[in-house]
Amino acid sequence: MKAPDYVAEVSSVPIGDILRRYPLAVDYLANIRLVGVDETKTLPEILEDVDEDMLEEFGLDREEVIFHFSAFLEAFTRMEESIETISSITILGGRDKTGRPEMLELTVTPGEVVSIVGPTGSGKSRLLEDIECLAQRDTPTARQILINGSVPDLDKRFSTGGKLVAQLSQNMNFVMDLTVQEFLEMHAKSRMIPDSAAVVEKCFAVANSLAGEKFTLDTKVTQLSGGQSRSLMIADTALLSSSPIILIDELENAGIDRREAIEILVGNEKIVLMSTHDPLLALRADKRIVIKNGGVAKVIETTAEEEQTLHKIEAIDSALLNIRNQLRRGEIVTEESIPEFQER
Amino acid sequence: MKLITVAGPPSSGKTSVILKTIAALGLPPGSVGVVKFDSLTSFDHQRYDEQKIPNQTAFAGKICPDHHFVSNVEGAVEWGMKKGLSVLVTESAGLCNRCSPYVNGILSVCVIDNLSGINTPRKIGPMLKYADIVVVTKGDVVSQAEREVFAFNIREVNASATVLFVNGITGQGAFMLARHWQDTLDIRTLRDRKLRFTMPAAICSYCTGETLIGEMYQMGMVKRMEFDDESP
Repeated sequence: MKAPDYVAEVSSVPIGDILRRYPLAVDYLANIRLVGVDETKTLPEILEDVDEDMLEEFGLDREEVIFHFSAFLEAFTRMEESIETISSITILGGRDKTGRPEMLELTVTPGEVVSIVGPTGSGKSRLLEDIECLAQRDTPTARQILINGSVPDLDKRFSTGGKLVAQLSQNMNFVMDLTVQEFLEMHAKSRMIPDSAAVVEKCFAVANSLAGEKFTLDTKVTQLSGGQSRSLMIADTALLSSSPIILIDELENAGIDRREAIEILVGNEKIVLMSTHDPLLALRADKRIVIKNGGVAKVIETTAEEEQTLHKIEAIDSALLNIRNQLRRGEIVTEESIPEFQER
Repeated sequence: MKLITVAGPPSSGKTSVILKTIAALGLPPGSVGVVKFDSLTSFDHQRYDEQKIPNQTAFAGKICPDHHFVSNVEGAVEWGMKKGLSVLVTESAGLCNRCSPYVNGILSVCVIDNLSGINTPRKIGPMLKYADIVVVTKGDVVSQAEREVFAFNIREVNASATVLFVNGITGQGAFMLARHWQDTLDIRTLRDRKLRFTMPAAICSYCTGETLIGEMYQMGMVKRMEFDDESP
């Protein structure tokens, strides 16, 4: 349907029916202070009784309200339809800070995890930004990003508007004064998910399985501990975010089950790029990108031997975790707390 | 010369966004200038000076900031032409959450920050509704969900605008904003162009310096509030 069809619909159908067909319409009316309207009347009939001065405060007259409202319905219906399917992204090399060409052609598909390693300031965020804006050899790195193996058209590049990449970092906090339930419902509403109750429930269960300490649906999101916040953000990004690509900046020290966190993201068909120096995470990725001097120095496929060492690293990690828990419980740390490691 | 109008609530990050976008434009030094419209004081000229960006600051003082803007923006364009700028940016704070100093045909950018409350986009009004591009700042410190809900609330008010997330500190996202700036119209003057939306209505007695409270002192455009008149 095009905007003129919506104009015809809005002009002839009682507003009560419109509100049932398009649940978001109630927000539009509330935004121009039209609440408690007679549902048996059409919008033009309702507008006849509305003070023109009031509409003018919003920069509208009676006729413009109809067109503006129709454009609103058209835009949100279109948004509902345009669910992006991304089966791969490809990064084609550009050059590093010294102008040296990057030897790079890397394709990543949903379900894959790529870690990004390199010193601070080496250009990890620049790589992310290139992906986010679908760089076409026009950013300082001259990289090119392909979607599903081909050059994305310009319209798409301008319209994706930050919807391609979801980001998770240690600096992020919740700022809304809402309970966990209200928060998840609000996010589900903004995604126009029909059966939001089921998704909200699932998201809550997943977040709680990641968090060390459990929380309830009526906890305020601002009162969650660091680990609980991170768990909720991960579950929410995996299950409720529209973005097909997730960039994680340093997940360590978060007090959550990191391995399960990655599995949840990957299991929901996301492409996961993760900037990290945590060996448990970096080695669990399929590949890792090494960044140096603003450019990709190399791409390493995780070797079989590296995967073998994961068991040992896990043992070290859990030994450290035990010591932390001993401290937390007020116990005394002894020699026995530290397991013997193979001497080299 | 290309003209870009940037508006947004105080401290939303307008100056940082402008600085990062100018850097992303990659034009020769001195070819992009800024005119800052503020009400009482402003320290932004120091930041523009540091970057050697030609800039002018205008203070509205006791005049309505939006009326002050519209009566000086043509002069700003003349200044930019005389300086030989290829891009001129006007920066103004939306002080009463109602106005939009936007001009038909001129790229209008509204800057709001993600920390300002989830319903803020619904309250800002024409400054947001009539913008071509809505830039969201400070998104790096809130959760992904809050960024998405915020963007959704913006689209509910202005379904046709492009919503961009720009990090005013690192400049992430400024590249896309610069692309939009590059595509905008070249103009020589603003004469006879039309505002997208009416400015606030004046004049009441307080506009002309009245300070006493009471109905007998009020004249001109007065809007009276209706209170519920039930007795307890």
